[in-house]
Formats: sequence, C-alpha cells, structure tokens
Amino acid sequence: MSVERDVMEYDVLVVGGGPAGLSAACRIKQKAAEAGKEISVCLVEKGSEVGAHILSGAVFEPRALNELFPNWKELGAPLNTPVKRDEVWFFTSQEQGIKTPGAFVPHTMHNEGNYIISLGNLCRWLAQQAESLGVEIYPGFAAQEILIDEKNIVRGVQIGDMGVDHNGKHKEGFYTPGIELRAKYTLFAEGCRGHLGKRLLKHYKLDEKSDAQHYGIGLKELWTIDPAKHEPGLVIHGTGWPLNSANPGGFFLYHLENHQVYVGLIVDLAYSNPYLSPFDEFQRLKHHPVLKKYLEGGKRVSYGARAITKGGYNCLPKMVFPGGALIGCDLGTLNFSKIKGSHTAMKSGMLAADAAAAALLAGGEGGDELAAYPESFKASWLYDELYRDRNFGPAMHKFGVFGGAAFNYIDQNFFRGKSPITLHDNTPDYATLKPAAQSKKIEYPKPDGVISFDKLSSVFVSSTNHEEDQPVHLKLADPSIPIGKNLPLYDEPAQRYCPAGVYEVIAAVDGGKKFQINAQNCVHCKTCDIKDPAQNITWVAPEGSGGPNYSNM
Amino acid sequence: MKALVSVKRVVDYNVRIQVKSDGSGVVTDGVKFSVNPFDEIAMEEAVRLKEKGKVTEIIAVTIGGAKCEETLRTALAFGADRAVHVKEESEVQPLTAAQALAAVFKKEEAQLFLLGKQAIDDDANQTGQMVAALLDLPQATFASKVELEAGKATVTREVDAGLETLEIDLPAVITADLRLNEPRYLKLPDIMKAKKKPIAAFSLTDLGVTPGAGLKASKTAAPPKRSKGVVVKTVDELIAALKGKGLI
Repeated sequence: MSVERDVMEYDVLVVGGGPAGLSAACRIKQKAAEAGKEISVCLVEKGSEVGAHILSGAVFEPRALNELFPNWKELGAPLNTPVKRDEVWFFTSQEQGIKTPGAFVPHTMHNEGNYIISLGNLCRWLAQQAESLGVEIYPGFAAQEILIDEKNIVRGVQIGDMGVDHNGKHKEGFYTPGIELRAKYTLFAEGCRGHLGKRLLKHYKLDEKSDAQHYGIGLKELWTIDPAKHEPGLVIHGTGWPLNSANPGGFFLYHLENHQVYVGLIVDLAYSNPYLSPFDEFQRLKHHPVLKKYLEGGKRVSYGARAITKGGYNCLPKMVFPGGALIGCDLGTLNFSKIKGSHTAMKSGMLAADAAAAALLAGGEGGDELAAYPESFKASWLYDELYRDRNFGPAMHKFGVFGGAAFNYIDQNFFRGKSPITLHDNTPDYATLKPAAQSKKIEYPKPDGVISFDKLSSVFVSSTNHEEDQPVHLKLADPSIPIGKNLPLYDEPAQRYCPAGVYEVIAAVDGGKKFQINAQNCVHCKTCDIKDPAQNITWVAPEGSGGPNYSNM
Repeated sequence: MKALVSVKRVVDYNVRIQVKSDGSGVVTDGVKFSVNPFDEIAMEEAVRLKEKGKVTEIIAVTIGGAKCEETLRTALAFGADRAVHVKEESEVQPLTAAQALAAVFKKEEAQLFLLGKQAIDDDANQTGQMVAALLDLPQATFASKVELEAGKATVTREVDAGLETLEIDLPAVITADLRLNEPRYLKLPDIMKAKKKPIAAFSLTDLGVTPGAGLKASKTAAPPKRSKGVVVKTVDELIAALKGKGLI
C-alpha cells in the first residue's frame, strides 16, 4: 500500500528531545549564529511534550552545561539544589546497613559542585533555549522509520502514521500519514536502546568492534516528605540488600527542593535469577530503615522507569554513518562509575553538532560521515572520563559487589582510571539468566500502600496514556516463544522485568496459557527489548504523544 | 461569516492533579499544559464549518500569560486563520474572562462564538453563558450537533430527557459538549505553518475590562480517600453488613 507523504527538508534533523538532542540542536544554532549564517534545525520528540519521557536520578554535573550556556544562571536553568552532603551505604540486611566512611568512597562518587535536578525540567528549559535560538521542535511526533537511500546514506526519518486501528487499518477520517523529514545530517538521540539506533547499529555494523552493550533498569519515585526530615542537598547512594552479587544494583535517595525527594533503584540487567522483579525489589527496598525514615509520613507523587545504557567506553560503537551520527545514550556515553549520563550525553551532542555545523558552514552537502565528531570526541574530556572509568562495570560483573568495589576503589583512587588493565565483559544481558529450575523463587512482600505500592497504581501516577485503538507497539518476532520456550525455561521473565505490568501470562480459553501484552501500560523503558532471553520482543514507537507524562521527574 | 473560538490553557487531562500542601491551589510547576479538550472540540467544529463553506474566517482567542501563546499556536495549527491574545498574568475569573471575550467578539464583529461548555481545570461552566448575557445574544449550550443555515443555527443539545433541538438566530454563542465531534490529529506541516500565522495582543485595559475578584477560593483539598472494601462470601453476609451500617 503506497501512501502519499508530505516531505519537509532541513539541514539538520535531531531525533529525540533529551539532553543530547537538545544540546546538539542549541549548539548548531549557536555555531551558525557565530558564523552569521543560517542552518535549519528540526527536532522531533515522541513524548507529548519535551520532558514527558525524561526520567533520570538526577545528580547533575554542570560541566557540559557550563560550556553550552556559560550564563545558564541568568537564563534561569532549573539547577536549584546544590549537593551539600554525600552518604554511601552498604545494606547488609533488610534492617542493617553500614555507612561508608568518606575516605573509602571512590572519588567518582563525590558530588561537590553538582546539583540535584529534575532532568525533565532541565530539558524543558533547554527546549525553550533551543526555540529561542530558532530550532523547530515538534513534540508528539515519533520517528518510525529511517530513510536510507540507494547509496546507503541516511537521509532522514519518517514519522509514524496516526489514526491506524489495532488491526493496522486506517481509521476513517482520522488516518494521518506520517511525513518524511529529510536532512543533510540526522542525529539520533533517542536515549537508551533507541529503536532506530538499534537498527542503525545493525545496518551499519557499528558495534562490530565493541564489547556487548550492558544495561540497567532504573526505577524512580518522587515523594513529598515531612519538612522536618528534609535536608535539601543530601545525596544518598548505596548497594547491597535486597540485591546481591549475582543480581547486582544500587539505590539512591536525593533531597531536592520543595520538601521533595527522589528515591530509586537501578538493577543491573545482567541479573541471573529469572524470578527477580526489579519493581518488587524497589518496593521492598524502600522499607529499609535508612530510606523509610525519610519516606514515612510522606506521600508518593510520581513513578517511572527507564533502561540505562551503562557499558561505557568498552561498549561504545562507531559513532557515525553516512548522513548522521548517534549521540547520548543512543550511543552509550553514560559514565556508570559516576551513575551520571546527562553531562556526557550533552557533551556528545555538542561534539556531533560542532562537526555537523562545521561541515555545513564549509558548504558541505551532507550525507557523508562526520569524521570530525569521533576525532573531537577522542580529544575531549568526555573521552578521558569514559576511558578512566572503563573498568567499573566489568569489575562489578567479574568480581561481584565486594570484589568489584575493592577493584574500583584501587582503580579510581590510586590509578585514577589510568591503570594498565582493561576488563572486558562480552556476555550480553539477555544471555545471563539461569533456567528457572536452577533458580530460587523470590517471595516478595505485599505492598502496604503507604511505603510500597503495586504496579498498576504506580503506572497510574506515571500519567501514562496511549490511544487505545492502535497496533501493539511491542512486536513479537515469533508469537509462540513466550509460552512455548520462555515459560518452561525461565517462567517467562517478562512478567517480572517489565516495571509497568505490560506482560502477563494468563489462562487461555482452551485451558492452556496465554501471553498477554497490555501495551497501553508501557512507560517506554525498553527493558523487554533488552532482557528477553530469546531477543524476540522488539519495541517500536507507538502513535506520537503516547507513553508517560512525567512531571518534575 | 466570522467565527470566534476561545481556547483555554489548562493542566493536561493525563496529568494526575496534586493539591499544594498549603491548600492554596493545585501544583502547576513542571506540569504539562494543553488546550482545554472541550475548546479543542469547539475549534474542530469551527474548522468543519469552514470546510463546509459556512464559516469564512476563524479567529482563536485566549486570555492569560505568555505561555498561552502555545495554546493559540495549537488552535492555529487546527485551522484558525489568526489569533488574539488577551494578556493577563494573574488568574482570571469567569466574569472577567466573559467580559474580555465579549469585547473581542464585538471588536471582531463576529457572528458565531464557539467555545467549550467548560474548562477541565475549574469546571465553572459559566463563561459561554456570561458572554451571551453580556452581548445579549441567543445561546445554545452543551451542543452535540451544530448546523448553520442563512442567519440561523440549529443546535442539538444533550439534556436529561434526551435530545433537545433549538433553532437560534445568529449571531449567537454555542458551547461544545463532548460528543459534538472528535478532533482530528494535528499534522506536522500545519503546526509548522501555524508558527507564521499572526497573533494580535491586547491587555484587559485595552479592552476596557477591569479584572474582577468576585470569587475567592478559600481552600483546595484532595477528595477524601476511599476506604478499603470488604469481600463478603454470601448474600446473607452482604445483607447483614448493610443492615449493620444502617443502610437498609
């Protein structure tokens, strides 16, 4: 079925309105203005507004922002809560924990000079700056296909169609074909496991020479707490209970402004027990006395979850292909030893923007590989930072939490990351599950509705909404695998790793089992696309505007 | 025929409303805003009437601060030809809004004023009726169907008893109910074009309106939490429980 599509042309197209994409867009406009020339920039964002799909801790290191907008304070950037104090904990049990003395904390975990922020609000602010610089931003429009021409050059993206029913039929009077956005350079900034980024990696074999990428899933809640317990600027990190060496992860609790705290858990997606449920681990974690003392008497305001690209330096794929580049978490620039990816995402976007702007200002026609981008990356502090911290993740996987922590303490504090050893970890996260038969079932406590909650009430406070009558955006390559293979082998882990209750195994009419996908619950975290042991689930963008509507997250 | 459509910027319907801890209102910082859904329906109706050749020009109007420009741009992307922004940073009460909108209607010499039956933020359901009263025009509220013929509008309203059909003379005020239509998807090229459409700005003073403060919000509170239900095993148990509570 061929459809007439409108075409719009730009010099640069940015896919995704997160810190990387917005920084790239701003930077190109700044460079064009410096040169007194015009470069047209369009940015599309699948969320209903910029910030709607942004979820991050976030302790923010302002290094890249200082470079992009040195006057960010006067411009009113929402960096309101400077970090005042760091605490690092190891939970030995559900009641006990050990606070690490300051001298034993790896230097990457010190946060002086950083800010506790809502990354969503920073992105909303960056979008305002971008628009005032002349960037055209279109939220509510999801890039669905990559336009690759006969010369194997990326020429832009096609926006997803709107008004298509669950059978794929056009809805009378509502069908709106997605337009083609073409550009000389297209920068992909979809965040972790972008659905187009994933295709680009494969199509251009960009990750041929890098280690298998590694991921985590981050779950986060925003709470309003008792003002008497609130200590603006307090940053708490920790690890240990309820996770362990075979199923690692770490938690955080940040005191921001307005008597609010962010509490969250990051679970390494290389976990091995198929019975593990990141969501339920997070819920029970909040009952630990060290965290509960802040939450008690407070009220949960919001909830969200998002996968994190955390492989770092060793897993960085090739950054460029003809006609464009990957930036931010779509590329994998997060620094896991700092648990920070915003400043690195911004910097990668700015470096790609510099390369694209320079090529266009020199009269280039686009469509080529932006070789200047990986070159400037190598010379930047971003490279230096990722290189120094390259061993952090692999050490945790190889030596467990204790051994890994010891390795990282030495690696970071004595060698400052310049030790001659590089650790590699080439087992992809989908291949780390042990069969259910060899794993211990985990009995999670029932949520109390005060400190801990169930999945559905959590999805409710993420303000997630999708047009109901549309094709399911979670595609199964082989629909028989969930019940035929994953269920007997791994007790179908999708039921548990999904933080939004999208996947259920229910009784079928014929007395057997049925795999149900509640796609309208999806918070766009991409964990299923990463962790499914059969790599059978592909996440694609639903109709534009669909998904969570995070506020102040 | 000129149609004026008013659009209000409200907290998006997907956002879970949070009451401020001091009870002075609801949290609006960092929250998504969008066009009041009923106003969107009114705008869609105006566009359909224009497509049918019944309306020649659509003017979108809003009252509020600088951020309301987004609201007007959305209306322009729907198909409004131009927009009027009545700038006022402080909260505007229904009567003040009605006075301002009536002044714009007169100024524009429009024949049709379409707007949502109410805004989903304050649910006041007053503005349309007040505009009609101030301008001494016929009104048809809660419209689920609108037809225009030579100087008249035939409007079907959903009322308790069923459907009521009114015939009113133009110019008139019509407020849109949920089932009037289902707004279309905005097209990207239309959003792009909307950025270039003209917006005229006025202040309340320009329109000769003095902001009133007839209403005073004394307290905002979240609805009381529903207490947990009890599962009963038999009908007898249910009857006994209802009797125990004195309900039957």
